Parts: sequence; structure tokens; C-alpha cells
Amino acid sequence: MSESKSLSLDDVKHVAKLARLWLDDAHLRRLGGQLELILKYVDQMEKVDVTGVEPMAHALPLHNVFREDVVEPSLTTEQVLANAPDRDGPFFKVPKILGADEDSAG
Amino acid sequence: MLAFDTLIAARDAIRAKDISSTELTRQALIRIDQIDKGIFAFNSTWHTRALERARDVDNGRVTGPLAGVPIAIKDNLCTSTGTTTCSSRILRDFKAPYDATIVLKLEAAGAIIVGKTNLDEFAMGSSTENSAFHTTKNPWDPTRVPGGSSGGSAAALAAGMCCASIGSDTGGSIRQPASLCGVVGLKPTYGLVSRYGLIAFASSLDQIGPFGWKVADVAQQLQVIAGHDPKDSTSLTNDVPDYLAMLEQPIKGLRIGIAREYSLPSGIDPQVQSAVDQAVAKYRDMGATIVDVSLPHTEYGIAAYYVIAPCEASSNLARYDGIHYGHRTSEPVKDIIELVSRSRGEGFGEEVKRRIMIGAYALSSGYYDAYYLRALKMRTLIKRDFDDAFRKCDVILSPTAPTPAFKAGEKTGDPLQMYLCDVFTVTCNIAGIAGISLPCGFTSGPQPLPIGMQLLGPTFSEAMLFRVARMYEASTNWHLRRPVIAGAAA
Repeated sequence: MSESKSLSLDDVKHVAKLARLWLDDAHLRRLGGQLELILKYVDQMEKVDVTGVEPMAHALPLHNVFREDVVEPSLTTEQVLANAPDRDGPFFKVPKILGADEDSAG
Repeated sequence: MLAFDTLIAARDAIRAKDISSTELTRQALIRIDQIDKGIFAFNSTWHTRALERARDVDNGRVTGPLAGVPIAIKDNLCTSTGTTTCSSRILRDFKAPYDATIVLKLEAAGAIIVGKTNLDEFAMGSSTENSAFHTTKNPWDPTRVPGGSSGGSAAALAAGMCCASIGSDTGGSIRQPASLCGVVGLKPTYGLVSRYGLIAFASSLDQIGPFGWKVADVAQQLQVIAGHDPKDSTSLTNDVPDYLAMLEQPIKGLRIGIAREYSLPSGIDPQVQSAVDQAVAKYRDMGATIVDVSLPHTEYGIAAYYVIAPCEASSNLARYDGIHYGHRTSEPVKDIIELVSRSRGEGFGEEVKRRIMIGAYALSSGYYDAYYLRALKMRTLIKRDFDDAFRKCDVILSPTAPTPAFKAGEKTGDPLQMYLCDVFTVTCNIAGIAGISLPCGFTSGPQPLPIGMQLLGPTFSEAMLFRVARMYEASTNWHLRRPVIAGAAA
């Protein structure tokens, strides 16, 4: 990855699909241009020699923070559904899932 | 102005019954009604609840170290009262089913929450101009921004609408608005304050922290909100020290580190540089040793941040899908994927979309190693820089922001320009260390603007940071100045 990435409209559409963001072509082009500039800026990290450097996902020396597998009080069904845009009894109502088309991501 | 506008003074006056909590809370609510239509610090106010709780304090039913004091909370903290919007259309009407741990702690300590403050949408920004609702105005000059993303909390305090406020800081979002609004703001060590109920932006960088007019006010709030929370698996189990006990004691043999890389960014306003230089001279007069240190990877801090934060954000914001809560599109859709995509396309603002896209790109197959993994390696190097520097000094001093408050609209044309505001603040979040901003001067001219300096300390150094900050504050008067607000009853 030694030269700055140039993003085609298809590249940007692909990312928008991954991110589940519905955007029209004009918007995609505008965002694509801005993304290119930002990616060009962050590319300067390539100048640094990172041989032998471990990645650090997290600043703390914490690992595997677990609790006992015991049922504790939680939200009620009503609380969980209280903000639902569309519900049917104890269910969130949504359009069809099976047969959903990847291209519907926009 | 409020009869008592700083946290500890207000708390003490209420304890001594010089004023009732009801009276002080009423004053705060009246002031909000009077002036917030010109400042837009608040997304929502809690008139009824605030007065009920103030009565509880006055009746002795509620006590604690913050009892009776009006406080404002950033609107990305879940509260079971009112709405929690993150200043986004996608959560415009969201009513959280639970309270954030720090909200419970503040209320258990007797604080009176007067309302939820404006922010850049989902905490992404440095000016509140990314709020879907309004841009908050800087109380010192309403043509200028208060900073961000916690601009509402900083402005609410600076304009005297509360005695203290709470924000969150992912890349500088408490410290930079504190600097631009002339107040003190702290980003605690990562893990010190529970994030349970903080709506996540970047989980490895986010921290909740307090604003106050005085260092002691910030220390008192931290005393209340710090500590292990089993509901936050990134919460540390270390004992919380007493932040106030030694606050007035100067540090003998203090070593202040000045990073040579911090004088390189060319966009530093000369008045900011001058004010900070004078602060360094003051510390020298107080007996501190000034040490030259190096943070060699400073110049890559913003690059690393603007990969790590968007990557984590793209994951954290995946939950906003129009299904369980939040905005759902009313356009006809053929299946669930279209429902989700349209809802998100309609509900998210530009900056949020930009960051989600960067994150999705940088995490996608073929690019993960070059971007995300590389940024995580930069993180290790940045942490190492600080570890090395802190062997030679106790704190690192720098400007908080390269400029004082800028004009609304000045930096919105170019996202990168806005990102560069964070040059002094982002590495603190990347390394997980503690940072505080405090006022160190004002610009000259007809409408003076606050200038802030930042002190960085190692993890868990808050008690020491407060003392170092207090040493400077005790010999200066910046914290006594107040903006003149048009339309306010003085």
C-alpha cells in the first residue's frame, strides 16, 4: 500500500453497503472525495517502522473480565419494547428477512 | 448570576443553610429559561424533577457531597428521565430504560440534574456544529463555537446555568471545550470512571469526566464518579484515592516536561503560545524544574486516532438499525436490509456517516492490516513515548488547543481542518493516561477569549495532576472571570 488510495464510485458503494448506509450517487461521490483525503492523511503512518511492535487494542492490562453465570435482574420485556418503532405483542416487527437482497443496502 | 456559581461554594452554602437548594435550583432554571435561547447549551431541561429533588435535599431526605448543587449532564449519558439523544436525529425521541452508573452516583451524592446538554452528534466533533439540533454558542463570544464534542456542558457552566457539568472525552472532547470556554475539564485515566450508560463512540478511548470553574470542583466530582463498576468490564478495580486531601499542597521538586514535538505544529496561535509560555515561567518561579522531553510519535497521533476511533465507531453504531429503537424510515422498503440502510441514511448526520465509512473501509478485508492493525501498533509506540517521558518528568505541559475559540462555520468546510484541532489532546486517549485543561489566559482585543493549558499525567495520577493544577490556579485569577451574557439579569 505505497501509494494513496484512489476510491472509485464502486469502492465507495461497497463500503456504504458494508456500513448499511443508504446514500444516493451524488452523496457517495462527495463522501468518496472526503474519504480519499482522510485516507491520504492517515497513510503517513506508513513512514513509521513498526517491525516487532505488538498491536495494542486497549490501554488496560485487563483480560477476560467475567462474572458468575447467575441470572440477575434485567430489563423487562415492556422496557425493552418501549422505544420500538413497530411492535406486535412481545415482538419487534420488521419486513422480511429471508430472501433479503444484499443490493437493498443501497 | 447564580448566588453561588461554583460547586463547592454552592454545596457549602446549602449545608450552612445560607441558601436553600430549591432557591439555587430555581435560579439555575430561571437563568436557563432566560439565556439558553441565545446559547443552545441544553437539549432538554428537567424543571419538575430538579425542583422535586431540591426539595428532598432541603428536607434532609437526600444528603451527600454534592447535595443540592445544580449540575448539567451531556446528552450521551443514559437517563431514565427525559430523552437521551446524542444530538442525533436517529435518537431524537429515545427514552433510555436505565440510568448510567455515573448518573446514579451523582444523584446518590445529592446533585440536582437540571438538564441534558448539547454535543456534536454521537460525540464526533470539536465544535458542536455536528449536532443535528443546534450549534451551541460560546458564552464569551456568541459568534464563536464553545468547542466539542462536550460544548454544551462547557457552555452551560461558563454561562452560569449550573455549578458544574459532566462531559465525555474520546479525543479531547472535555479538555478542548474546557479550554475554549475558560473552565477546568478533566479526562480521567481510562477505566477510572464507569462507562455503563455512556452511549459508546469508541470503546477503548471514551471516558466520562467533570467540568468546573475550579480544580477543587473537578476533584470533588471525580471523587463521586470514580470507582469500579461490575457493570463495566473495562472498569478498573484499583482503590480510589482521596483527591481533595492534599489538594492545597504544592509538589516539591516538581518536574514539568515540555515536549519538543509540541512546538512544531505550525497552526498554534501566537497568543496561545505566549500564555502557555508564561504559565511555564510561573511554574519555574514556584520552584518547578522544566525538563525537555520527546514524544517522537506525536505527529502520527491524529492519523492513528482517525483510524482507531472510526473503526470502533463503525462497530458501536451498527446497533442503530431502526428496529429496536430510534428512527425508522417511513419510505416503503422491500426487505429488512433496505429498512436498516434507509433508516441509517436518514438518521445519521454527515460527520457520523463519514466516520462510519472510514471505519468500515479500514476494517474491511484487504485493508484491515494496513489501517486498523497499523494504527494499533502506533498506539503501542505512543504509549511507550509517554512511559519514557514520565520517567523524566511528573507532568507534561502544553496548550490544550492550538487556537482560542474559532468562528462558527470557520472549519466546517474541510473535515481534516477540524481534526487538526485535536493535535494536543488525542494521544492522551490513545495511551489511556490522564489529562486536565485549565485556564491560563485570555486573548487581547475587544472580545477576549479564554486560553487553556493542558497537563498530562501517567495513569492514576489524578491526585497529583490536581495538585499541580491547583499550584498554578492559586497564584492566578483567570478562574474568577465570567463572560457577560446578553439578555441575562447580570
